Amino acid sequence: MSICTTTATTQVDLTKVKPYGDALNDGKVQLAFTLPVPYGEEAEECAKQYAKKLGLNEPNVAYYCELTKGYTFFNVYGSAQATIDYTQIVVPKVEGEVLDRVECGEWIGENIGRDIVVVGASIESDAHTVGIDAIIQMKGFHGHFGLERFKNVVAYNMGSQVPCEALIAKAKEVNADAILVSQTVTQKDIHIMNLTKMAELMEAEGLRDKVILTCGGPRISHELAQELGYDAGFGPGKYAEHVMSFIMQEVQKRGWEKKVNIADR
Amino acid sequence: MKSKLNLDPKVVSSARQHAANIAHDMQEFIDRHTTVSTERTIVRLLGVDGVDEVDNPLPNVLVDHLKESGALPTGAAYLIGNAIVQTGKTPQEIAEEVAAGKLDLTKLPTCPQAEAAEALKPSIKATFERIDAQKAKRKEYLETIGEGPEPYIYVIVATGNIYEDVIQAQAAARQGADIIAVIRTTAQSLLDYVPYGPTTEGFGGTYATQENFRIMRKALDEVGEEVGRYIRLCNYSSGMCMPEIAAMGALERLDVMLNDAIYGILFRDINMQRTLVDQYMSRVIIGYCGIIFNSGEDNYLTTDDAIEAAHTVTASQFINEQFAVLANIAEEQMGLGHAFEMDPNTEDGFLMELAQAQMAREIFPKARLKYMPPTKFMTGNIFKGHLQDALFNLATVWTHQSLLLTGMLTEAIHTPLMQDRYLAIENAKYIFNNCRHIGDEMEFKQDGICQKRAQEVLAKADALLAEVEKEGLFSTIEKGIFGGVKRPFDGGHGLEGVCTKGENYFNPFIELFKDHK
Repeated sequence: MSICTTTATTQVDLTKVKPYGDALNDGKVQLAFTLPVPYGEEAEECAKQYAKKLGLNEPNVAYYCELTKGYTFFNVYGSAQATIDYTQIVVPKVEGEVLDRVECGEWIGENIGRDIVVVGASIESDAHTVGIDAIIQMKGFHGHFGLERFKNVVAYNMGSQVPCEALIAKAKEVNADAILVSQTVTQKDIHIMNLTKMAELMEAEGLRDKVILTCGGPRISHELAQELGYDAGFGPGKYAEHVMSFIMQEVQKRGWEKKVNIADR
Repeated sequence: MKSKLNLDPKVVSSARQHAANIAHDMQEFIDRHTTVSTERTIVRLLGVDGVDEVDNPLPNVLVDHLKESGALPTGAAYLIGNAIVQTGKTPQEIAEEVAAGKLDLTKLPTCPQAEAAEALKPSIKATFERIDAQKAKRKEYLETIGEGPEPYIYVIVATGNIYEDVIQAQAAARQGADIIAVIRTTAQSLLDYVPYGPTTEGFGGTYATQENFRIMRKALDEVGEEVGRYIRLCNYSSGMCMPEIAAMGALERLDVMLNDAIYGILFRDINMQRTLVDQYMSRVIIGYCGIIFNSGEDNYLTTDDAIEAAHTVTASQFINEQFAVLANIAEEQMGLGHAFEMDPNTEDGFLMELAQAQMAREIFPKARLKYMPPTKFMTGNIFKGHLQDALFNLATVWTHQSLLLTGMLTEAIHTPLMQDRYLAIENAKYIFNNCRHIGDEMEFKQDGICQKRAQEVLAKADALLAEVEKEGLFSTIEKGIFGGVKRPFDGGHGLEGVCTKGENYFNPFIELFKDHK
């Protein structure tokens, strides 16, 4: 093996991927963590050994300090050894094409021929409206207008702390095509409990196949949503157009163009 | 003091006058009404505490008993006073007998109002002695161990377990925090009772209970003595039990309480009549006890746009100020809220933030302005988030804000880890120290971006307040002018707990709490 190579290694082996620092396969990762041990040289050594156990070679404790008595904070760099076969990765994604706001409105007009009705809320204990507002409220979020600004869409925003029962009752009252459930608080997995309750109630009410059930929030992925029995899930970086693109194509797929009333579906 | 932003004092006084008229108009409504939570506050202040055998707080049991008997308009003060006269028992014993079904307060013979009021005096005296002792204790601490300089570094703990909160809070104090806020468990704002006892289970926060207040107060006094700085305790006098929690805060020496005349209506969908009546009772308590209230204008900017809706924040600050004046709260206790929530991609956005913060400081020169960090545009990119917080810290020290809700780099990811709090405080301290007198050194360019922006926002706030005055606060809220949120007069939670005061009604505490300099 030559000591000096004149070219960079540029060919990534996608079957054995590891982190990139400034050279391929150097495995560089940075960690920030706290150990419940008193500040001192033993703490530094403890962090190094811990990083090794995590699979990092040559751990370097770049910085450490006392947070409070008995707790030490670390910034650690190291070279990760584990690799992943990128070619075998499968991520479930929301199907269908994503159209923008104006295109969605036109598409619904042409393909559905009636307004699409959605009802949304942040359910149960969750007092945060930021998620549901981002999707439904006229002004939307980050330059992406909300569903209230879409043509051929009627959207009801029930706000926060809405009991599942009330959300379902509203969906029945207005013959919603879809329900949007938002969950922002995730401490102790409360969002899972709330979302599960909603899915179970929909099932119990016999509505599971009659209304499209979607959820969204900062810690929600499409995969998680599907595991919980939802038709789709929308996480960070998804806006009103993503949600409506899915819903309108699903309405068409299910042949609900003329089925305005839930009872007919 | 000359305005660095060249604000027209005539516009400021016009806006303030409109707000005063709005608050006076509302006060007439408030004075004619009471609520279940206001009555429960009276019951608590008369010394009733504890729960019945199924964990219903006794103040609820007693007030529900009045409500069910149709006696709410007469009020708890008269009926308890009368019961003391008729039975010779204490308020606590009376509540216990009501809970046991042994006593019906509405079936007793009745005495004149003055006699009932007289019978309450020993209980009232005992309560005021307790509150006054807490005020004296705070004063003693401030005179002996002292306090950190403004801006006070304010951090939250939110583990759900009060004992875990204590560890986090003491750690934060050692790292430099001046104020510890124990975030409430999600949804407590909508409970129409205050849970009892120490609690170890909560989501996104910890139950506000009187026992939890006591536990945290003790822990902060201990760590305050250790670090040589009085550590202030903050909780929430908001939601359905706004005045009850203020009373508990008075008894357990809280120093800062979230308390807004309008917030609960807009963001928790609590009925507007209920909230306005409740906020008055809570604020007279807060005023007397030397507690700093924090209003919630910052929240408008999480639902509305921080650039377009900036004037609604200013307008609401004027309204909150004038409601506070009516409750006899000193300016130094007015923690009027605002926030650094503009889209970070805005060109010269920092200049607009600076203008807004400086304007708030000039309009409310003595207020303990509460400045909230970026939340809406925090993305999970902790590195950028740390920088956003740094700009926020710079605006804070530059414009002499009083209470710094310390921005966390992990906002939008999780409730703060111990290390997040450390990094956030380090960030703030670095900038405060490095730029300590920047506000005294720098001036704003005549007719430049900052001056023009502030003048424009102030003018719009004045116009909005003129409109609200004409329209009335209730119907303004119905139209969705604050925070872009519409709430109906007869909608929302808790309306069933509001009634007009009847014959014989009296609330002995309002005047007593308002009686201070």
